[in-house]
Order: sequence, then C-alpha cells, then structure tokens
Amino acid sequence: MPLLSIALISCAALGLEILLMRLFAIVQWHHFGYLAVSLAMLGYGAAGAALAMVGDRPHPAFHKAFAISALLFGLTAPIAFLADQAMPFNALEILWDPRQWLWLSLQYLLLFVPFFFAAFCLCLAFSRFGGQSHRIYGADLWGASAGGLLALGLLFMLPPQRVLLVVASLALAAAVLAWPSRRRIVYFLLPAVLLLPWTIPDKLIALHPSQYKSLSHYLLVPGARTMAEKHSPLGQVTVVENRLMLLRHAPGLSMSADSEPPEQLGVFVDGEGPGAITRFDGRPESLAFLGQMPSAMPYQLLHRPSVLVLGAGAGMDVLQALHHGAKSVDAVELDANVAALVAHDHAAFAGRLYQLPQVKLHVAEARSFVAGSRQRFDLIVLPLADTFGTASAGLYGLAEDYLHTTEAFRFYFRHLEPDGMLVLNCWMQLPPRDLIKLATTAVEALAQEGVVQPVPHLVLLRSWQTAALAVKRTPFTAQEVTVLQAFAEAQGFDFEWAGGRVGNEAPHHRLDQPYFAEAFDALSGTARERADFYRRYKFHIAPSSDDRPYFQHFFTWRAFPEILRLKERGGLPLVEMGYPVLVATWLQAVVFGALLILLPLRVAKWRAAAGSIGRGRVFGYFAALGTAFMLLEMAFLQKFVLLLGHPLYAAAAVLTAFLFFAGAGSRVSGRLSAGGHKMPMFWPAIGIVLLGMTYLAALPSLLAICMSWPLAARLALGVALVAPLAFCMGMPFPLGMTRVASAESGLLPWAYGVNACFSVMSAPLATLLAIEIGFSGVVMLALGLYVAALMTFPVAGHAGSRHKEAGYA
Amino acid sequence: MHKEWQDDPAEAVYAERRVAMVDEVAQMAQEVSPSPGGGGPALSPAVLDAIGRVPRHRFVPEDERRYAYQNYPLSIGHGQTISQPYIVALMTDLLAVKPGDRVLEIGTGCGYQTAVLAEVGAEVYSIEIVESLAQQAAETFMALGYDQIHAQAGDGYQGWPEHAPFDGIIVTAGAPHVPQPLVEQLKPGGRMVIPLGDTWSGQELLLIRKDENGKTHQHNVLPVRFVPLTGGH
Repeated sequence: MPLLSIALISCAALGLEILLMRLFAIVQWHHFGYLAVSLAMLGYGAAGAALAMVGDRPHPAFHKAFAISALLFGLTAPIAFLADQAMPFNALEILWDPRQWLWLSLQYLLLFVPFFFAAFCLCLAFSRFGGQSHRIYGADLWGASAGGLLALGLLFMLPPQRVLLVVASLALAAAVLAWPSRRRIVYFLLPAVLLLPWTIPDKLIALHPSQYKSLSHYLLVPGARTMAEKHSPLGQVTVVENRLMLLRHAPGLSMSADSEPPEQLGVFVDGEGPGAITRFDGRPESLAFLGQMPSAMPYQLLHRPSVLVLGAGAGMDVLQALHHGAKSVDAVELDANVAALVAHDHAAFAGRLYQLPQVKLHVAEARSFVAGSRQRFDLIVLPLADTFGTASAGLYGLAEDYLHTTEAFRFYFRHLEPDGMLVLNCWMQLPPRDLIKLATTAVEALAQEGVVQPVPHLVLLRSWQTAALAVKRTPFTAQEVTVLQAFAEAQGFDFEWAGGRVGNEAPHHRLDQPYFAEAFDALSGTARERADFYRRYKFHIAPSSDDRPYFQHFFTWRAFPEILRLKERGGLPLVEMGYPVLVATWLQAVVFGALLILLPLRVAKWRAAAGSIGRGRVFGYFAALGTAFMLLEMAFLQKFVLLLGHPLYAAAAVLTAFLFFAGAGSRVSGRLSAGGHKMPMFWPAIGIVLLGMTYLAALPSLLAICMSWPLAARLALGVALVAPLAFCMGMPFPLGMTRVASAESGLLPWAYGVNACFSVMSAPLATLLAIEIGFSGVVMLALGLYVAALMTFPVAGHAGSRHKEAGYA
Repeated sequence: MHKEWQDDPAEAVYAERRVAMVDEVAQMAQEVSPSPGGGGPALSPAVLDAIGRVPRHRFVPEDERRYAYQNYPLSIGHGQTISQPYIVALMTDLLAVKPGDRVLEIGTGCGYQTAVLAEVGAEVYSIEIVESLAQQAAETFMALGYDQIHAQAGDGYQGWPEHAPFDGIIVTAGAPHVPQPLVEQLKPGGRMVIPLGDTWSGQELLLIRKDENGKTHQHNVLPVRFVPLTGGH
C-alpha cells in the first residue's frame, strides 16, 4: 500500500486549498475564492461517488490507477489556476451581468478537477485496502498536517504562484512513488519532478490581478512605480511611489484643513489600499494635517500621553501621536512585512520612526500583546482599516475579530490610566452600523465593568468620511466636552454624543435621519431597552463577544428582502456580502453534495443490495462524523487561536497538532478494530464528549489565566489540550470504514463520499452556526452529533453472505 | 451642435433604447426621493432631457454597445467603469447646473458624465489622470461636437485654478479626502458632488454646499429609500 504517496497527496491537497484561497485574495476578492474553493472541495465527494459507481474495477490495476490519478492531480492543480486566471471573470459585475455566472461556473469546474483526482487517489486506497483504513486515514491526516505547515512556511519565502508549483510537484512525486515499476525510474524521475517547479519561468506563472483592484487602478496613474513586493501568508504587500503625481492619503481630513500631507508611499495589501508611509523629517510640526482629522480628538484632552497603537500599519497613527507630543508610543503591528517597511526598508523616508527613543515597535497580535502587557496607557488607539472598501463591502465580515469584542474592550480598559481613553476609529457608513456596534460593544463592556450609566463615558465625533469614538473609564466632564466641541467646530466636525448629551443641533454634515440620536436614546436605557434596540435595528449591531467574534457581521434576514429590491438602484452597499456568500456557499455544497450522495445509490443499486448494516446506518454514521469532526475542529481551533494569540501561527500550530494527533488516533484505532469489540466506537466517543465538555467549561477561565504567559508556554498548553481530543477524534472514521470493509466493502467509496460531502458542507455551516449560537453552541452540537454517530455505528451482522449473493464484493 | 453620426441607420435603434432608458430612469426617480426633506420627483426635466440626448453607446467599448442603454454600470477597460445612468442623472441633478454654469469634473473616465453636464448647458472643465482615457474621451467629445467641454490629462488634486471659481464640482474618482484646492475653487453658493463606494455595488453620494461665508455643509444622499431603520418588528 503506497502510504507515502497517500501522505504526499493529502499534503499537496491541503497545500493547494490554502494556496488557492491566498491566490484568489490577490487576483480577485477572497470571498469569491472561498465560494469556488468550497465547491471544488466537493471533488472529494465526487471521487467517492465515481468510485462507488464503477465498483471494484480499478482494483486489479490499483497502483497504476493511483499513480495516474496522482499525476493528473499534480498537472491540473497549476493548470486549473492559470486557466482560471485567464477567464474574464469580474466578481463585481456578477449582479449586473449574467455572463459572469457562466465564468463563475467555469471557474468552479476548473478548480474541481484537481481536487477530484486527489480524492480519487485516497478513495481508491480506502476501497482497495478498506481493512487497513486506520493506516490510510493516519497517512492522510499526517500528510495534511504537513501540507498546512509546508504551504504556510513556503509562503514566507516564495511568491504564492511558485508555492503552487511546489505543491503540485509533491503530487507528481506521489505518482512516481506509486508507479508499479522499476526502481531506476523512480530514482530518475523523483528528483526531476521535485526540481520541476524551479524550471518554470516567472512569466508563465505571473499573477494578473483584477483591473478593478485599487493597486491596478493606482498603477495606471502616470509616474506610479512599484518599489517592492513582499509575500507572507498574511498578504502580499506592495509599495508604490509616485514622484510625478503625489499620493495624498489623509482620510477624514477636515474640509477646512490648511495643511496637506507631505510626500507619501502607497502601501497595498493584496492589491487593496492604500495605506501610506508618510515622509517624516523629524519635526512633528511638519505633520500638521494629522491634527485636522477626527482621530486627533483625544489629543485635545491628553497632555504628553503614553499611547498604545493597536494595528500600526504604515505608521500614520504613530506619527499622529508624535505630532501631538506623546511621551511614549507603543506600536503593535501583526504583519512583520508591513512593520519592516517602516522600520527598515523605508526607515530613512519615514524619519526612522521606529528607532526614535519614545517609540517602541512590537510585531505581535494586538489582543495577546495587551493581555501580556503590564503597562498602563493614557490612550489606546484602534486605527482605521486601510480602505473604505474593506469597511463598505463587508469582505471581512466573516473573519473572526477578537479586537472588537466586549472581552477585548474590558482588557483595554484595564490597561488604561484612570483618566485614560480608548479611541476607536472607523469609516463613516450610512445607515450607520459599525459605529453603532462599536458603541454597543463599548457600552456592554462598561456595564460588565460595573458602570451603571455607560453613555456619559462616550464621545463620538465624525466627519463626512471617518469617525472617532472615545471611551473613558470615567464620565467625560463638561470641561472636557467644551474643549472637544471647540476642536470640532474649528475643523467642521460634528458631535453626536458628547459625554451624556446628544450632539450639535446644526451639524456640518447633515444626515437624512437622526440615526445617532436614536441610538443614544436606546443606549441610555436599561439593559432590556438596549436589547430591544439591538433586535429592532435593521443591521446586526448587538455587541460582539469572544464567543461570537464577528464584529463586521451586520447582516440581518429581516432587511435582506428590502435590500434585494433596492439592488438595481444602488442599494447594495447596504448589504454586507460576507454572510450571503457564506449562505450561498453552504447551499451550493448541500445541493451538489446531495447529488453526489444520491447519484451512486441510483446507479449502483442493482449491484449493491443492502447488507445487514444497511445503507441508512452507513449514511447516518458517516454524515454525523463528517459534520461533527469539522464543527468541533473549527470551533476549538477558534478557542485555541484566542489562547495562542497570533491568528496565523496559532491556526497553523493548532491545525497541525490536530491533524497529527488525529492521525495517531487513527493508527491506534486499528487495535480497537482488531480487538473484536462489538462497539469499538464507544470509548473514543465517550472521550470526545467528556473532553469537549470539560474544555468548554474550563477554557474561559484558563484563557483568562494563561493569556499573559509566554508564547512557548501557551503553545505547549495548546498542544497538550489538543492532543487527547484530536487523538479520540481520529478514531471513529477508520473504525467505521474498517467495519464497512468487513461487512460490505462495496459501500466503502460511498461511505467515504458521504463523509467528504458532509465535511465540505460543515465548513461554512460552522461559521454560520457560530454567528447564530456562538462557538460554545457549535461545540455542543458537534458533541451531540458524536453521540448520534455512536448510535448509528454500523454493527456487524451477517451481511457477508447476502452481500456476496448480490455479486458485489 | 453638429452630430453627423445621427445619420447612421443603426443610430435609430440606439435612439429607441435611449428613450426606454430615460423612461426607466425617470420612473426610478419617481419611486425614490433622495432629496433632503423628500417629496416629489428627484430629477429635473432638464436632466432627463440631457440623458435622452447623449449617445451613451458612443462612450462604451464596441463589445459593450448592445448593453449601453441598460440601466446599469458597464466596464470601459483600464479597470474603469461607466456609472449606472440613474446615478449619472442623480449626480447631475444634485449639482443643480444652470445653462452657462462653469463645472469642474475630476475624473473624466469615458466622458459620459461630462457629456451629460454639457447637455444641461454647463461649460465643463474635466481632468482625467489616466492619459489614454483622457485622450479617448477627448476624441469622443470632438466626434460628437461638444465644444463646451475642455478636457485635459493630469492630476485633479489641484483642480483647474486658471478657470476657477466653479459653480459646481463633480469628483467621479474615489477621493480619500476632499482636496482643499477644490473647496477653494468652488464658488460661494456652489455645490460639489462626490460618489462614495464602488460603481458596481452601488453608490452613495455626498453633496457639499459652500455657503456665502465660504463655510461647507455636507449631506449624504442615499439613492434608495431604506426606511425606517428602527421601529419595524
């Protein structure tokens, strides 16, 4: 049995999935990548269906069939992406132009092909060697665990399109190793395929980002020149200069401003932006424009503050603090590539900002930085997202955001000096949703801190374009409000909430409805009145929490029909695309998954008579398992990501550990199968349920205690917690497959397909459920499904004789 | 204005489609009341007449011409788009242009919006940052005989001080902030319109009015009726 090839195929398949998501984020927009890749993953279900229909015909030439399938996987992986890139698909036009649906369907089809061949290899192995499912599944999981690490690791060193070739070469290597032939060929071909990725010229695999991305637009401006491009799994960072037509990036700048930004370099991440590195000559007074934005509000009250900037980006908020005489600035930035632009690559241009004695740069995840810090600050700033597009399109609506939750805000409050201020900056969107949600989250956090009347602790200042919400642990005084009002008047900004009072009556920027005054009234009420307001508002503006960390999720079903009716009149900005895309992803997976499950039943029924274990039982067991595994994995992944801090490293570490220990569990499950237990699934299921419930109960307290530990200690704890759970979760699938193999082996590919289809359906479902019932709810549901799987475990009977009578085995 | 192209028999078909498009835009405007205070049709007859006269198909690439009179945005190459006719009409209406007014446009694009402004009687000064687009638009203006359009390639940030002040300014390219030179070049009593958001997913409009004291007042115009925000159960 080609275990190494199986591991290589799984390694390449997981790597391909990660890479396609990355590549789509660069050339298009990541939510359409998510949509396409999710469906492509149904290639796993399709392979099961295809093999269920052809039965055991490929078995005699197993090695050849496996190798050819692996070869086709390796070849089609890069070809599918390159062909996909050549299609004139414009995601933005999809609601206007019916031709785009055709391109999208072709995109699906192209991406589906490599995953089909990858899955065909695995399914073939299960079908041929079903009695050794624990070994196959173990190799599959260990390969996948290595694939995730490999892809992420390589993305730090190579452009993603080159990594795609490396990943494809692993599949080719799997084909060579599995080929039933002389060793000499293997020795000759193996190095050749592994060297192949390095022989393809850059030009052939160049990425062609959509012409509608911000970077593509900006590069059309005369004089614009790409200075540098850096890659990491966090994004492709591009720096652009233009000496002919200067970039002037000053979002929210007052219309009465008498100053302009100095020379700037544009910084684009995945082609979106720009952010800006601003030329700094060392004189804070040369940055006067930074004093004429809503974000300058806190500096009107704070004298020489100590400032913490959470998400420093290209450094504009750090410069703003320096311009206002901050005595110290701690700048936290997640992306090392972005931080290095200011700290090293363009240090001279940026005035050696991060080398100044009063500035400290921390390349870290903001939430865990705060949790691990013992310092207190006069001001904590959460800057603007880099582009209005990000805010308006809701592209990241479904990414977990642990910086804007009630728990996070309480952390920030505890790191503020008694008179300190938390300032949250955001783009203005109308009708407002993110600003209101920031306020509801802050109000709820203050209430949890024991503040009876939270609204007087809030001040909201807005321009037509950006807004700043300031939150204090103590109420704003009348004197403070007077100072801020003078600043607002001078700059032509508007107050909405001024420390317990509704803002100015004659605004500079008039809204068609008193949105903020209504919110002010509601938030000034009791907890019940606030809850009623959250329920009545047309957008989802209830406070975000660690259990439901979807700050950018504003979608409500109530408003959806109305927004759809307004589509053709430009009403679409009212809907955040993330949630509908997720629902669409789930629905398409359900429809196609159902087809893939039902089709073999129809075609193969004349041959596969139901054995004593019954197709219904097999379906129930593998459907429950496919769903439960994915739900539990995704829910605990999130819980552990919070523990470990950095979303990327944590996800990589946790996922690797998860797959590795699940693989170990699978290997050990062979002993349970061989032990002659009637119900070998019993102990793993009990283990999963007990561990799951224990973690659910203990994790919040554990997180509170451990988040300030050093990373190595948190990592060790995370792996220690993952290990036993994953070990148990690795057992049920091979146990079921082994049981099906012994009773009715013809059902093996179908069982595999059912499991694969339900896994694919469950990925978007996990996020949908987390939004609705929180991660704790998702965990409970998954544990319930494990119990259901235990109850439907295919119990051995006398299937063999009937099965053989049906002529299937 | 001499428009020899109108003799082309194919133009009759486009003219028919244009009439249908105008009807659709007018109907949409009747249903939506984005103007402050609400009530009444949002578009003036002069604006509807103007979009009824501008041959939109001449501003889009050959392969998009058959869609030229659909009431939705179109791709014109270089990553640029031509806005939905309803939005073009609405922006023109919000500028409240009178014949003879001087209007500055930042972001000529394909020139359709420029032509609509010219058709309502404005003397239009238009700046496009992408040279190839500017050139293409200039050729279209010449072919269609729009003498009152003055177009040039360049950076719109500084406006066009030689021809300032302007009665209206329209910024069709995405603006990270409103450049101070543009505010200065707007006449007291003048209006500035800026679309927010991207062309495909729909646009919200920002209307800026400069009062007689030089002070600016802004108002967001949502081109759809989306009320009430709360209170529904």
